[in-house]
Amino acid sequence: MLNFLKSSVGRKYIMGLTGLVWVGFVLTHMAANMLILFSAEAYNKYGHALTSNKLLLYPAEAVLLGAILVHILCAISLTIDNRKARDSRYAMQPSGEKAPPKPSQFMGIQGSMILAFIIFHLITFKYGTHYDVTYDDVVMRDLHRLVLEVFQSPGYVTWYSVCLVLLMFHLSHGAQSVFQSFGFLERKMQGGIKVFAWAYALIIFLGFLSQPLYVFLIHKN
Amino acid sequence: MESKQNINLKLKVWRQKNAQAKGEFVTYDAKDVSPDASFLEMLDAVNENLVIKGEEPIVFDHDCREGICGSCGFMINGNAHGPKKGTTICQLHMRQFSDGEELTLEPWRATAFPVMKDLMCDRSAFDRIIKSGGYISVNTGGARDANNILISKVNADEAFLSAMCIGCGACVASCKNASAALFTSAKISHLAYLPQGQVEQNQRALNMVAQMDAEGFGACTTTGACSAACPKEISLINIAKMNREFLRASITKKEEAGGGDLA
Repeated sequence: MLNFLKSSVGRKYIMGLTGLVWVGFVLTHMAANMLILFSAEAYNKYGHALTSNKLLLYPAEAVLLGAILVHILCAISLTIDNRKARDSRYAMQPSGEKAPPKPSQFMGIQGSMILAFIIFHLITFKYGTHYDVTYDDVVMRDLHRLVLEVFQSPGYVTWYSVCLVLLMFHLSHGAQSVFQSFGFLERKMQGGIKVFAWAYALIIFLGFLSQPLYVFLIHKN
Repeated sequence: MESKQNINLKLKVWRQKNAQAKGEFVTYDAKDVSPDASFLEMLDAVNENLVIKGEEPIVFDHDCREGICGSCGFMINGNAHGPKKGTTICQLHMRQFSDGEELTLEPWRATAFPVMKDLMCDRSAFDRIIKSGGYISVNTGGARDANNILISKVNADEAFLSAMCIGCGACVASCKNASAALFTSAKISHLAYLPQGQVEQNQRALNMVAQMDAEGFGACTTTGACSAACPKEISLINIAKMNREFLRASITKKEEAGGGDLA
């Protein structure tokens, strides 16, 4: 089994598996945060429900952290091998019908930017200012207030949006590549998975984008 | 029939004396080229002029010039086998180009395919991948009757599409990681779809992937550049098949049995 994990094919399985963990997380994270468009109370109560159950929270956080670390380490190891495999560059790049899709060419740069975003994102929100609010005699964190404050800044909203574009491209390529990496691809599926991956990436992009835009444009403090 | 006018081209060609030498681009004029000439015929004419002038002709690999042997191939303006899809360079005709165009010709570039001279590189890494498992074992003796092993049409077609790979190396040359995944997977799939290939199925997947990695090819990042450049338009589904075969073989490969049960 060690040979499997060391091989180029095996490491792609790991990339796919760890990527899928985040594909699932990003979708639930986006969907649940849509609550911000509807009610501060629902938004805060949802956050409280997630963070108050430590028995579920810590294992979930460990899986996410583990998955992203393995994803990054695997990517670095594959990239080192890939650079070694192509030691000299061409004078010209493929063009026309033979040019590969652009998002697939810059997965490493996108991934690095997304990592920077995630770290910054955690500092801003998870470890950001802690406001309290009380609903039905239960004291909980008023994350809604913090989010509203942060999304008043045009600079932050711009940076957030740029990172979402990168995330969209990264997911669009990852979500279709995983079918091939896992060996779960047949001739008749080829068109379908492209549509599926792009639909997924677009839903994530538009869903997440609607939140800062709603706060910035409509729900001004 | 109205014939197109002959064209003139500028060729920027990679010239490299030998494997150790540092190469460079040299510019040549290709004058009065017939649009009906193949790309290699055009280069033949350029080479004839070089020979007359006492210069070294441009070295490039070629053999059948019918698009079936896999010998020819280099980059034209960054595209393996030139701009046209599903074509080898020997079957690419000069009518694809317009008068006055400048074309940059480079050899395949990959660590596993060292350049030997000019546009020719050493592709013996592919031979070693084949040697590691791209075969089936058969009993010698009289030829068997045709079709005495039944094969479903779906599988026969899939195997045939994979078998169309001519091993030219355009996939490796086009891949930003110089990955040989398309080549290796086509060879694995071709035999895995057929009953005759199933005896050595597990060992084949394990050995060929191991050899592919050992030769220093990169990993697949699913850009699809390989399939787009492939003169036989080998599909990416072969890579999925290879990964599936490799996973299954890694899990289910049986050890050779000894006598009796283990205590």
